[in-house]
Amino acid sequence: MVKIIKPGFYTNIQDLGRHGFQHYGVPISGAMDQNASQLANALLNNNRKDAVMELTMTGPSLQFYKNANICVCGADMTPKLNDRLISMNSVIPIKKGDILSFGKLNSGFRAYLAISGGFQTVEIMNSRSMFDNISTETKLLKNDEINYLEHQEPSIRPNSKIRQGVFSHESDSIDVFKGPEFEFLSRSQRDVLSFQKFTVSKYNNRMAYQLEERLQNIIKPIITSMVLPGTVQLTPSGQLIILMRDCQTTGGYPRILQLSDSAINKMAQKTTSNYFRFKLIDDTFLTVVE
Amino acid sequence: MKHFSLRYKTYGEHSILIEWPQEINELILADILRFKSAIIDSNAYENVQLNHAYTSLLLVFNAWTVSVEEEILKLKALYGKIIIPNNSTFTIWNVPVCYSDEFALDLETVALEKKISKNDLIKLHSDPLYTVYFIGFLPGFLYLGGLRDQLHTPRKTEPRMSVDKGAVAIGGGQTGIYPTQSPGGWHIIGNSPLRFFNAHSIIPCFAKAGDKIKFVPISLIKYNEIKILVDADDYEIESEVRDG
Repeated sequence: MVKIIKPGFYTNIQDLGRHGFQHYGVPISGAMDQNASQLANALLNNNRKDAVMELTMTGPSLQFYKNANICVCGADMTPKLNDRLISMNSVIPIKKGDILSFGKLNSGFRAYLAISGGFQTVEIMNSRSMFDNISTETKLLKNDEINYLEHQEPSIRPNSKIRQGVFSHESDSIDVFKGPEFEFLSRSQRDVLSFQKFTVSKYNNRMAYQLEERLQNIIKPIITSMVLPGTVQLTPSGQLIILMRDCQTTGGYPRILQLSDSAINKMAQKTTSNYFRFKLIDDTFLTVVE
Repeated sequence: MKHFSLRYKTYGEHSILIEWPQEINELILADILRFKSAIIDSNAYENVQLNHAYTSLLLVFNAWTVSVEEEILKLKALYGKIIIPNNSTFTIWNVPVCYSDEFALDLETVALEKKISKNDLIKLHSDPLYTVYFIGFLPGFLYLGGLRDQLHTPRKTEPRMSVDKGAVAIGGGQTGIYPTQSPGGWHIIGNSPLRFFNAHSIIPCFAKAGDKIKFVPISLIKYNEIKILVDADDYEIESEVRDG
């Protein structure tokens, strides 16, 4: 197992989330940046559904009690093994007793630590993703112990490595589709959405990212309907809210835009004061009337 | 009874949203549930997650096997073939609620504002058979229809930071039960000892869309008795099946 020596800002276990329970009001959850979490799993030849550790802003200090291979992807939090800098996006063998720690955040906001075979925490409703009132914990605390499978040293040492630049999360362009209520926006509102620079406010977490800038709202409230992670809501007071992985399954605010899957992953690497622009992809939007 | 005029929209990269006319009523709910069943029964949609709300149905695909236009045509064809049955049955769940002062934090204020007695308020709240429209907002939060007009009360201007698990409340034109402790802006008029969501159970919520809920007023003593049984996984919720 691995022991948490220092928990870091907000470290938790995530996988691809709980699918198929939304009709009970259960959020999907799952890793915020699934591009990074899945890269880490892929480099270790893990199953896609294997659980990873999601690190937020400052990384934890961890001590490993069994041999394994690990991989760190996503934000660069200066990962170190036994105080020596290690490469991101590479398979790193670890031995019993090794300590993994993190330092300065150089880019991005969330990093993912994958381990060979995945972290072996309890599955609840088909997922290991932590979520309030479903898992017993919502984040990892000091002295917590997480199990993983012992890794037998392979005869061929994998040298897989990906250059970080290929998966840049620093792009400030966020791809969006028209949301179900986009049609009710005025011409000028649509222009603002397309051309204005938007800033992430201090109100951002795994459930939602509120934006600083407001958009004058002329759309009346909708009858409570379904929402998805990546849905951009417009509140009566003109607030823009981007729903993220832990968002509720239903909502009563107009859904004006919908982030693409990769855009949600990019947004997950942003934090307070980061800015971006929406890029509208409208060729796949379709309305068919009976 | 004819079918409704529906709109099919794409929603993000791999979802289809089907919208009914924007009104909250049981005819639309029944139609949504029929379409949902038809989609599940058709077996043509293996890796699809379905969810619905008052006036819409959402299909989330893992990936498109055919084009989205073809998926929509398939759905339209399926909808056209749905047979509306002459009769149906529904389940009524008896949900015990204690309206005592210990739990009913806002009962007195709301009764005063409506110029009715506390007992009249309790009667108005517990008389109707409420329809479960869908589950959302929180795991196990039942969206109920059927609150008497007299009891419609605007949400509190200042929500509470914490509402107790099991709190029975009124907000706007709706009533509901908080399945877990949560912040809340509705007026609390009682508490139910039942478990409305259990992540470890094969059936996480006992009630489903289309079911009915009957609030049954109980004493504080009875509340405590039921609570002990619920916590020990030993309580069987009373229900009956009726012809609709």
